[in-house]
Amino acid sequence: MTEAAAPSAVPAAAQLGQTRADRFARWRRGEAARGLTLVSPALIYALLLLAAPMGMIVALSFATQTYLTIDWSPSLANYHEAWIDPQESEMYRALMGRSLAISGAVTAITVLLAFPIAYFVSFHVAPRRKALWIFLITIPFWTSYLLRVFLWKVILQENGVVNSILMGAGVIDTPLDMLFSPDAIIITLAHAWAPFAILPIYVALEKIDRSLLEAARDLGENRIVTFWRVTLPLALPGVVAAALIVFIPTIGDYVTPALIGGGRVPMIANMIQAQFMVLNNRPMGAALAISAMVVVAVIAILFLLLNRRFLKVRQ
Amino acid sequence: MTEPLIVLDRVEKHYGAVQALAGVSAEIGAGEFFSLLGPSGCGKTTLLRAIAGFEELTGGRLTIDGRDMAHVPPNKRPTNMVFQSYAIFPHLDVGQNVGFGLRKKGLDKAEMTRAVGDALTMVGLGGYEKRASHALSGGQRQRVALARALVMKPKVLLLDEPLSALDKKLREQMQVELIRLQRQVGITFILVTHDQEEALVMSDRIAVMFDGQIAQLADPEILYRAPVNRRVASFIGMMNFLPTQVTVLPDGTAEVDVAGLGRATIPATQCAGGARAGKGAVGIRPETLTIGREGAGRVAEGTVEEVVYYGDMTYYDVLLDGAAAPVTISMRNVFGRDVLCRGARTPVRWAPEAMVLFHD
Amino acid sequence: MRRPGTLAIYAAFYLVFLYAPVILLPLFAFNDGTIIAFPLSGFTTHWFAELAQTDALIDSVVTSLIIAVVAAVLATLLGLLAARAAARTMFPLKPGIMGLIMLPLILPEIIIAVALLVVLSQLGIALASWTVILGHVLLCTPFAIAILNSAFLALDQSLEEAAQDLGTTKLETFWRVTLPLVMPGIVSSLLISFTISLDEFIIAFFLSGNEPTLPVYLWSQLRFPARIPVVMALGTLLLIASLVLLTTAEYFRRRGAARTGQDDHGGFM
Ligand SMILES: Nc1ncnc2c1ncn2[C@@H]1O[C@H](COP(=O)(O)OP(=O)(O)OP(=O)(O)O)[C@@H](O)[C@H]1O
Ligand SMILES: [Mg+2]
Repeated sequence: MTEAAAPSAVPAAAQLGQTRADRFARWRRGEAARGLTLVSPALIYALLLLAAPMGMIVALSFATQTYLTIDWSPSLANYHEAWIDPQESEMYRALMGRSLAISGAVTAITVLLAFPIAYFVSFHVAPRRKALWIFLITIPFWTSYLLRVFLWKVILQENGVVNSILMGAGVIDTPLDMLFSPDAIIITLAHAWAPFAILPIYVALEKIDRSLLEAARDLGENRIVTFWRVTLPLALPGVVAAALIVFIPTIGDYVTPALIGGGRVPMIANMIQAQFMVLNNRPMGAALAISAMVVVAVIAILFLLLNRRFLKVRQ
Repeated sequence: MTEPLIVLDRVEKHYGAVQALAGVSAEIGAGEFFSLLGPSGCGKTTLLRAIAGFEELTGGRLTIDGRDMAHVPPNKRPTNMVFQSYAIFPHLDVGQNVGFGLRKKGLDKAEMTRAVGDALTMVGLGGYEKRASHALSGGQRQRVALARALVMKPKVLLLDEPLSALDKKLREQMQVELIRLQRQVGITFILVTHDQEEALVMSDRIAVMFDGQIAQLADPEILYRAPVNRRVASFIGMMNFLPTQVTVLPDGTAEVDVAGLGRATIPATQCAGGARAGKGAVGIRPETLTIGREGAGRVAEGTVEEVVYYGDMTYYDVLLDGAAAPVTISMRNVFGRDVLCRGARTPVRWAPEAMVLFHD
Repeated sequence: MRRPGTLAIYAAFYLVFLYAPVILLPLFAFNDGTIIAFPLSGFTTHWFAELAQTDALIDSVVTSLIIAVVAAVLATLLGLLAARAAARTMFPLKPGIMGLIMLPLILPEIIIAVALLVVLSQLGIALASWTVILGHVLLCTPFAIAILNSAFLALDQSLEEAAQDLGTTKLETFWRVTLPLVMPGIVSSLLISFTISLDEFIIAFFLSGNEPTLPVYLWSQLRFPARIPVVMALGTLLLIASLVLLTTAEYFRRRGAARTGQDDHGGFM
């Protein structure tokens, strides 16, 4: 038996070696290698300047700082302070709650206001003029974000545009105090993110095959039922995308609460900034940043899952 | 055919679990008009792209002009391709498109201009050099693609369904033109098509492919008259299949007994894969059956069950007396011949020599 | 939804809402008064003159322009390669790798800013313009990839094969066929990246050290009421500049589309 096996063992091993070398050669020539080579500069950049720093932030969030020295030994002190500690956490939780409430309101308002516009451009504007409308909608957003937010302050302040008009028209005789409130922040953010809500919904509406709507009408549905049963479900992916695109970044907005809230209505980003640059408690800032990210991620995932279930039921 | 120009030796290609080419062997001669014919997904495009160098083989060997083509990239092969989408460069005008590959050939400017002009004239687009490539009709795009490939003076021109995007009229016109061009330049053309009529009209030889393999490789007449199996037979043209009991005679001919027609002897050359005793089916093309009494062959009787009038042709479904299912018969509507009505009784002429015996 | 009339009226109101703040820019830029409030007090071009004399502002504009140009070029280069890989090849771990690279698209900017700040200060690297560039490239690359990916997907693959079939090598094919055909994508990638970088505040705020970018400089000025009219004048100029830029880009896009005979629909994004 050993005699019989011996001669075949050599070629088998040689064959194995050959196929391995062969496979490697093919791989080098192949598209996987080409793809990895092409993507590697961007990947290495993201690893060095995104993944590594994020890892560092996570590590930092478990560290502690006294004056200017950071103690890297891991502890849960920061998270305890931010979430559990009966006295300290109250402020942080309130801050997080307010940030979420403001972002949620901004998202709802922006998407609700954007949908009719996207619908109007997609269904009522002549195809030739659609590009012009999209152009018109996006133009105001090519000015500095900072200035746009500041201009809302000009509009809402005590001697601002709204009060001037209302008092000039005799509607009121003492100026309304609108600035430095969550509502003012919500209006400003709803304006700032408007095109980011309009565009995804518009794209989703544009994709709807018009003959589907005609088919629904043909099957005897009236316009409102057709809209409810055909247009809206088909546009839903766009609405979901719009909601996420608005919700996620507004949570982390720094400029609007600082300018429009005037420091009296801070959101989580203002606190993070303060921990890093004013209070000199970087580990706490890192813990808040990580907390905010986790909360946002959980909400976004829940939102997506809910929608998937909803969509499935619909179909 | 002397030394073959292209030799395919058990060529294989698989994408993961999908076997697109499962051992294709063929020899294609210089100056031949060769067609790859088969249903969608049978591997025609894959084979053509393998010859052009866009697909690396996973098994077997491909040689062109005696040279092994493994690891030879497309830009180093003596082949040029006319793409199904034509792939006309949208940012270049017609002349620049046609001259695209000449830049590599080290011609001077005057020679290049002349070569481009000649190629365009050859495809009937003389003087179109400065035309923008998007301002071309489908047929013109096709001609530009042809000129662009031919100007390279390849040994082999590869065409992937070049006519499928054209309407019927233009397609027929281009078929004739392609044949003329091929004779004029005298190089090998390999044409991919799923249109059997196109393949029959244009080719010197046709390879019929199913499931990544060549089922039959023959010239059009043999392919039509003596298909090797029922699948090939029904892919090319129309054919009636009548079940029969087969007895093999000592001289290799087969004796069949077909319900409705009776006993007949089929020559050995008409038995696909050789005659075997037992169950079989005889194949009869609709045009080899005749309604009426005049002409050669034997006569059977039957009743017309369906009449489909095509203008130049009429197709009848006739239930022969004693048969279980009707046969289809096509008749040319020559002057003076009446079209029969449904339910009419009619004699049907047939000839054993026009039958093919299948065992699959 | 019954009559288009109702929707059109809504659309008109919506446009007023969208344009309300922007309209104020030129209004106060030419207003002869230091207080940004109504009623307006008179016409002046004084603020524009003062603009030209504010050295710190001009410095910040130059800094911002340099950062934006470098960031746009780098992001577009990284994006060009990565989009090519994403659109044309399969490779192991593709969803994970692309996910990581595209992550800044949904990450709040303050997180990126904070993370980079921590790393830089741990490494003892002094903050400067180039540290802002690091952050902006990270932020702009996903946009570049998104734009260029669709440019590559829109490019018929058989065009590149045809070029190779006609004897050109892969590199020549890229120069003679691929590059000219994805050029509109490259231009809009440069443009979008440039704009994003020019307008970005938070990352610059954290990472610019003592070389403030324009937004960081503006931020510092917004606290001084007396400086506001000058800021308005600057905003007006910026608005005009971006309008000119956008219109030019659109003009070239249309011309490109007409030249290659594509259907002309869609707009900037
Ligand atoms: N890149 C690929 N990856 C995976 N499978 C492929 C690929 N290209 C082709 N195939 C598969 O290989 C088989 C043969 O494809 P091929 O394109 O050669 O068919 P074809 O005969 O040209 O068909 P058609 O007439 O539809 O063009 C098909 O089953 C196809 O799905
Ligand atoms: Mg094909």
